[in-house]
Amino acid sequence: MRVPLSWLREYVDLPATETGRDVQAKLVSAGLEVETVEQLGADLKGPLVVGQVLTIEELEGFKKPIRFCTVDVGTANGTGEPQEIVCGARNFAVGDKVVVVLPGAVLPGGFAISARKTYGRNSHGMICSSDELGMGDDGTKGIIVLPPETEVGKDAIELLELVDEVLDIAVTANRGDCLSIRGVARETAIAYGLPLRDPALLDVPGPNAFGHPVQVSDPFGCDRFTARTVTGLDPEARSPIWLKRRLQKVGMRPISLAVDITNYVMMELGQPLHAYDRNLVQGTIGVRRATEGEKIVTLDGVTRKLHAEDLVITDDRGPIGLAGVMGGADTEIADHDAEDGANASTEVVIEAAHFDQVSIARTARRHKLSSEASRRFERGVDPLAASAAAQRTVDLLVLLAGGTADAGVTEVIAPSAPHTIAVPADHPDKVAGVVYGRETVVRRLQEVGCDVYGQDELIVTVPSWRPDLADINDLAEEVIRLEGYENLPSTLPKPPSGRGLTHRQRLHRRVGRALAGAGYVEAPNYPFISEQVFDQLGLDADDPARRVVRLTNPLSDEEPALRTSLLPGLLGALRRNDGRGSHDLALFETGLVFQPRAEQGVAVALPVDRRPTDEEIATLDAALPEQPRHVAVVLAGAREQAGWWGKGRPADWADAVEAGRVVAREAGAELIVRKGQYGPWHPGRCAEFVVVVDGAERVVGHAGELHPRVVKALGLPARTCAAELDLDVLEQVGDDTPQAPSISSFPVATQDVALVVDEFVPHTEVEAALREGAGELLEGIRLFDVYENAEQLGEGRKSLAYALRFRAGDRTLTVDEASAARDAAVALAGERTGAVLRS
Amino acid sequence: MSAPNKSYDPVEVEALKPEEIERMRDEALAAFAAADSLDALQEAKVAHTGGTSPLSLANREIGALPPHAKAAAGKLVGQARGAVNKGLAARQAELEAERDARVLVEEAVDVTLPHDRVPAGARHPLTTLSERIEDVFVAMGYEVAEGPQVEAEWFNFDALNIGPDHPARGEADTFFVQGPDGGTESGVVLRTHTSPVQIRSLLDRELPVYVICPGRVYRTDELDATHTPVFHQVELLAVDEGLTMADLKGTLDHMVQALFGEGMKTRLRPNFFPFTEPSAEMDMVCYVCRGESVGNPDRPCRTCSSEGWIELGGCGMVNPKVLTACGVDPEKYSGFAFGFGIERMLMFRHNVEDMRDMVEGDVRFTRPFGMEI
Repeated sequence: MRVPLSWLREYVDLPATETGRDVQAKLVSAGLEVETVEQLGADLKGPLVVGQVLTIEELEGFKKPIRFCTVDVGTANGTGEPQEIVCGARNFAVGDKVVVVLPGAVLPGGFAISARKTYGRNSHGMICSSDELGMGDDGTKGIIVLPPETEVGKDAIELLELVDEVLDIAVTANRGDCLSIRGVARETAIAYGLPLRDPALLDVPGPNAFGHPVQVSDPFGCDRFTARTVTGLDPEARSPIWLKRRLQKVGMRPISLAVDITNYVMMELGQPLHAYDRNLVQGTIGVRRATEGEKIVTLDGVTRKLHAEDLVITDDRGPIGLAGVMGGADTEIADHDAEDGANASTEVVIEAAHFDQVSIARTARRHKLSSEASRRFERGVDPLAASAAAQRTVDLLVLLAGGTADAGVTEVIAPSAPHTIAVPADHPDKVAGVVYGRETVVRRLQEVGCDVYGQDELIVTVPSWRPDLADINDLAEEVIRLEGYENLPSTLPKPPSGRGLTHRQRLHRRVGRALAGAGYVEAPNYPFISEQVFDQLGLDADDPARRVVRLTNPLSDEEPALRTSLLPGLLGALRRNDGRGSHDLALFETGLVFQPRAEQGVAVALPVDRRPTDEEIATLDAALPEQPRHVAVVLAGAREQAGWWGKGRPADWADAVEAGRVVAREAGAELIVRKGQYGPWHPGRCAEFVVVVDGAERVVGHAGELHPRVVKALGLPARTCAAELDLDVLEQVGDDTPQAPSISSFPVATQDVALVVDEFVPHTEVEAALREGAGELLEGIRLFDVYENAEQLGEGRKSLAYALRFRAGDRTLTVDEASAARDAAVALAGERTGAVLRS
Repeated sequence: MSAPNKSYDPVEVEALKPEEIERMRDEALAAFAAADSLDALQEAKVAHTGGTSPLSLANREIGALPPHAKAAAGKLVGQARGAVNKGLAARQAELEAERDARVLVEEAVDVTLPHDRVPAGARHPLTTLSERIEDVFVAMGYEVAEGPQVEAEWFNFDALNIGPDHPARGEADTFFVQGPDGGTESGVVLRTHTSPVQIRSLLDRELPVYVICPGRVYRTDELDATHTPVFHQVELLAVDEGLTMADLKGTLDHMVQALFGEGMKTRLRPNFFPFTEPSAEMDMVCYVCRGESVGNPDRPCRTCSSEGWIELGGCGMVNPKVLTACGVDPEKYSGFAFGFGIERMLMFRHNVEDMRDMVEGDVRFTRPFGMEI
């Protein structure tokens, strides 16, 4: 809501020295978010005067039409001689009154005016358009032509009210009343402790039987409808400058007198109004719900198919307006300037009605049609202001358009009682943590317009313009904000002792630290993906990861789905970094992925007047996808850089697999790594991560080098590697309390063995057999070499060399004991995996 | 060896003459002094202290002396050998020190060489800033609550007093999730704030409830320098008997002091949110200029644009309707809540100029933030 300070001052006698910024500070403190204070004409400097065009000479030979004019500016130029001015606009004629800026003046934007030669003539100033004066659009797209009665030589800065301050207020959804000058003026008056001259306090004639007939058949949707008629409007009448200027300052475009007046009154009082051309309305004006499928062409020229809940205004033919949202084209009042100007409306019916907030909100949303009227009705309009607003409109039509007010006054009112709230007098004190006392509470509530009775318990009748005051905390807020939020003390509550982070939360942090410690940089990504990425990742047609959650309104139609894997986003980040010149990359991400359930239901709206039952909550949760937390890493380029120490080492599959081990170690989860095969990964370089959950094996992720086809399809650096694991499952199987081993101080006995096995025998199997075979004396085992040589070992064979460390807890082992344990280990490895000692 | 001869005169043994012993001693000491390396010293050592050295030979002669002469000769030779050994040790130490000094100098390296074999990793500052904030409250006894990001509308809106027709619901820039069979009516959205976690906390936990809810939220804003459709919030909820707005104010003051230092404070301005009543917008005093840039054009402040205050987020007393929807008796309990965006705080706390830097995952942006901030 834009509020010109000059307009505000009409209703509140603010001290003359008070600036827009001062008012801003007061209103902000009281709860109105005044975002900016626009200084209109702050850098404007005259002379800027009214002139009359005396002669126009069309200059030939230029790319666009140019006029050389002489303009009478009275004595404003000091000489009284006609002012010679070159002008490029054409919407004026000899004799027109125009706005002339003379040399020495400065227009908004620091545009200094001086006499200069242009188009071969001397130009002493400019004939101004509204844009050049910073007035906003006046619809003429040319220079301003003033009413003929305007006095030549008069100061145009004052005439056009060019200097003003405009408060721009972001009105919150509960304060419909502040979508009017009246509402903001009331807040201003309260903030300054000054009286308000309420513009809605008008003498209004009572209803009678002679008004335009109105039939409201849905009193719930429309609890108040006032109709007034004005006849004999002068079709030549124009909006006066002051009216146009005020509309421009609040951000509206002047259109025609009748429309301008209804807009003006809406801005002034907050009551949306509609003017019908009486000669186009056939019979009784009605208010009812639409019938499904009915149609209406609204003022914006759009044909709209109506819904059975839409509230419509009708005449004998059918709908003539979408109630409270937008009028219909059929009964639009015609303007003199319109093409059929001869038929300009001379008789209008004014509608000032009050419609149900929810109904208007739904209709506006359903038709994606938000208007000045619907914005106000949605947020609450003062129902008691309707007749005053109608009266104000009638008065202005009579005054400015020479009309005659029809004696008929129609008012259809559904009876309703004012809203009252019983509130303990100390409730605001309890909410604030401050002792205000009953007297202050009552005074503050009265200031906002409430009637207050009672002692310890107050019976508060809220004013008609504040439908947002519905509960006791609403009243507490009024008291606290007017007493000043800045005066609230600062105290600390004493929460009970907490239990710290959960296991899952600690693991999440730990995994991040461990991966960062291992050289990975965290790169969180948006979860929006294209489903084509699954083809690029080489997923099978029936891969469960292809089942996605989709958005109805994605930001990009190309990415309408939510991720089921972290890889698409993380690989995108890798590619982006690579493209920006960082080629040695190790990135990680932890985040939720989204997996639709087999049976996806609809999450219904549960009641809010009680706690939902556990079953009800369960039905909501069942409608949500599974959202486990995953962790993923991607690598490309060098894992170890080349340097003075020697050569670098490219990132490879083993780094990705090791990242998986790092994560599992942080989780305390026993991770089984085995050869795997899964879409995105190189079939020969893919590890599958398995854990045992409740006795059953479960795949928790994969790692390795990406498939060359995937690398190509996604435009990744060659041999990009990746790993992804389900962190929640790891957390579930993780052991939070590792047991301390017993540490022997007897000497260690080491034995190395080299075992030759078939090349497809995984190391883990050999190691497991050695470990089991070696028995209790084995303290540790480590693979220190892998060797393949067809000549020495035979085709398809490899040698695995292990260092075994033996130790006993109670004695020094003899060489024989250690050798016996080693032999047992080798024997079991031979039995299980066909391993033979390398000779 | 000859038999002891009682009348034997030691003087008659040439090798045991005192002047002879002294000469042997002096020759040994001179040889040590002349040795200019540990190897040369080793040679001199063998020559002058070895089994065939003159002093060793002289020592052997003592055995042949008559008993009465043995003691004097033994003393004489012993003293000489002692002096020789001492001299040897001293020279040995000298030469070793020289060698050490030389070799260690030779082994010196350029310790300024880099060793970024595996460049350091880092955690994203949005993650670590969120944790930092969580920790402030965990230390006070709050617990961290989490919830789904794809959320039922009831949790995201209705339970928070944002009914189907509430204007705020239309203004929430919500991403809607497709229903079964691609329909539009799923009742499921990407959460637009972390407030649904507050609802879940009230439903799941025993009263009193003191939780902090950090997490990702979604709104249909296009990515630009100051907007991102995916961002992070931290919200706090306290529901207990007798909580007041003053408690809210104190908690906010404590938070900004913990995050920005002593003397920091907050300011509340009335506002409207459906889920709180009364509601407020919260600002913190600018931690850079502490308000001193206001009206002081000589010392403009980039961080707060010389406003003196930095907008933080929204807060208020939990609307009794929200408590009712969660089965909490608003007659007995009251609560306060606040929430703010981590991105914004990261921007003004760490001078991030463009929102896009936080979402693109560029390693050059993230690395400097390290493990914690």
